[in-house]
Amino acid sequence: MSDPRATGGVATSLAQIPEYRGLLSWLSSIDHKQIGILYIASAVLFLLVGVAEAVLMRIQLMWPGNHFMSPGTYNQIFTMHGTTMVFLMAMPLLFGFSVYLVPLMIGARDMAFPRLNAAGYWLYLFGALMLYFSFMAGGAPAAGWFSYAPLTEGGYSFGPGIDYWALSLLVMGAGSVATAINLVVTVLTLRTPGMSLRRLPLFVWMTFVNSFLVILALPALNAALVMILADRQLNTHFFAPEHGGSALLWQNYFWVFGHPEVYILVLPAFGVISEVIPVFSRKVIYGYGFLASSTVAIAFLSFGVWVHHMFATGLSFAALYVFAASSMLIAVPTGIKIFNWIATMWGGSIRFTTAMMFATAFLIQFTAGGLSGVTFAAIPIDWQLTDSYFVVAHIHYVLLGGTLFGMFAGIYYWFPKITGRLLSERLGRLQFWLLVIGFNGTFAGMHVLGVLGMPRRAYTYPDRPPLGLLHLISSSFAILLALGLVLLVVNVIVSLRRGAVAGDDPWGGWTLEWATTSPPPPDNFERVPPVRSRRPLWDLAHAPPAVRDAGRAEGGGHD
Amino acid sequence: MTERNRLGMILFVLSESVFFTLLIVAYVFYHHPGAEGPSAAGVLDRGKAAGYSVALLCSSLTLWLAGLSLRRREQARAASWLLGTFVLGGVFLVGQALEYAHLLRAHVTVSRNLFGASFFTLTGFHGFHVFVGLVMLAILAGLTLARSRPERVEAATEAVAVYWHFVDGVWVVIFSIVYLWSMA
Ligand code: HEM
Repeated sequence: MSDPRATGGVATSLAQIPEYRGLLSWLSSIDHKQIGILYIASAVLFLLVGVAEAVLMRIQLMWPGNHFMSPGTYNQIFTMHGTTMVFLMAMPLLFGFSVYLVPLMIGARDMAFPRLNAAGYWLYLFGALMLYFSFMAGGAPAAGWFSYAPLTEGGYSFGPGIDYWALSLLVMGAGSVATAINLVVTVLTLRTPGMSLRRLPLFVWMTFVNSFLVILALPALNAALVMILADRQLNTHFFAPEHGGSALLWQNYFWVFGHPEVYILVLPAFGVISEVIPVFSRKVIYGYGFLASSTVAIAFLSFGVWVHHMFATGLSFAALYVFAASSMLIAVPTGIKIFNWIATMWGGSIRFTTAMMFATAFLIQFTAGGLSGVTFAAIPIDWQLTDSYFVVAHIHYVLLGGTLFGMFAGIYYWFPKITGRLLSERLGRLQFWLLVIGFNGTFAGMHVLGVLGMPRRAYTYPDRPPLGLLHLISSSFAILLALGLVLLVVNVIVSLRRGAVAGDDPWGGWTLEWATTSPPPPDNFERVPPVRSRRPLWDLAHAPPAVRDAGRAEGGGHD
Repeated sequence: MTERNRLGMILFVLSESVFFTLLIVAYVFYHHPGAEGPSAAGVLDRGKAAGYSVALLCSSLTLWLAGLSLRRREQARAASWLLGTFVLGGVFLVGQALEYAHLLRAHVTVSRNLFGASFFTLTGFHGFHVFVGLVMLAILAGLTLARSRPERVEAATEAVAVYWHFVDGVWVVIFSIVYLWSMA
């Protein structure tokens, strides 16, 4: 295709931008948009891998006493499923949106450190491939996504799986910290004139706070990983109780990282929702200041709740009470956020596009997941339900029904900006309903399984009704769920070929990314519009023509 | 540009401080009187460690002076301060290497007991950070000598200085805990 800009036209697809042609352009890119796309594409790929693993688990659990796979294989599969979904799918998906959108939303040309940005992505991909290489190198890790000691010690996990697991997480962790630093510096130094911190789009706010969480939480994991590697490779005994080590120390260190990590996984989804809901309700977001500041509160509190993952470890009651209280406390700012979003929708003229439907489902399902979470903060309930399917249900309501649904809203909302084509709404709706029905069908019943005493991470279970029936229902709905997830890829391929041309601002959005063409040119903006409020594009559309032209001229440079 | 590099480095250092905090906590956690085998009080030589620690502390001063000279565009002087910093950092590493050699000869190894494990992990990672700092210092000194773009070298030096002072500060904490508190 020829360069449309040469004839004064505007590129309407990525293939029309000469800078983006050819494999080398992608491998060597330091353009934040290409790197963002690479992140998102890799994340979707690993989503499919993780789903495939989930389907294997659900086949195994379909009937009591099933012999589809051996117990050892099952352990590897659930470990790889959890690790893949958290580190290879969710984190890079969030980073992909962050590095793609943040510079555009603040009117910058690129990230503060474009090369570091590329390094972050390639570290992630290298780490991810290393994790999967373990299958060929003698067996995948099989100690769960949080690899509790002393199971991970050399004397209990013989194969190289845990070593691959730890090394790959170290590599990816380094990349994540680099990218988070990059995002913070970008937000602090590259905002266009007029874009004060109080005018930042909420997605940028949430990413900003989230990056601090990454910067402070990932090193805790790295310290723990270094110690477990030393235990396995250098024969130290940090986590080996029989030699005076402490298995609990691993748990403490892991969850000092792990609980902030849970918020790392959900805050960007909050950001997406905060952009999508106002645009499709045609109303200003309700309580901007609260949404932004409560995010900071959540970030602080998230470092003070880790022990609630360890209520069953025999800690002193004083410690238990403190952490139970802090865990209930953190639900408060989160809960109020939910009301902010509902208040934004209230009385608005809502357009139920696919993106908005995902956002709405996020609200409902995330609330359900949050509520089952708060029940755990009550210690006796935790003692009863810990390590049961109730926890599996909770994880998925928060991470799948919450984060992933939120990110789907983001995918449908920004796909036209990223590629120049709209995703098919018809396929979108089909996908939405498959996912909602499949998701709730698969996981709602798991709450009951948990209460009935079905332990998690068990490769099979006795034939004692109604366990078999509940598992069968769950497995059947999981097929719909998996189909819904695969349908995303179908929709992307179909829409890239035949999707409607999006134009600059298909949804009537108000933030700066919609001011440039879709897809944006390599330099992002020809001119950044002036920023005088939180909704620069609304100002532009509603200003009298004279002011508008003056404003355009004034908003020239942005360095 | 200057601001951007420094800011990035400050955030990196923030991240590293969490990493070191947890390694230090592990050291403290495993330090108790009843522990079997060699312990800090039995095998470490406080005097020698204090000696090479002083070299590291001085290197913070020389790096600060290098920054001053760079700001005044006195390239030759800046280069010598940078080299001085490099040498002082090198003295620290050599001192640490000699200490390690001594410990290993006495069969105090990383796998001997939890003191060995936490001591070598903590000081080893710190030493690795010093080593990385030395590489950066060598590059800066080379760039200064080669008279490459002074404003960029200055910006880079400021960022490296953040890192170096941090590594220095971490050592002060490690020294206080490992050589003062746990040997008491
Ligand atoms: C098709 C969709 C999915 C299905 C059918 C599914 C199914 C399952 C099942 C059955 C388990 C429990 C295994 C056991 O304890 O024996 C599990 C664990 C887990 N899942 Fe999923 N899952 C899906 C998607 C996701 C997504 C999107 C995420 C995260 C964003 C996720 C994160 C996890 C985590 C963290 C665990 C815990 C792993 C462990 O115990 O170490 N899953 N999943």
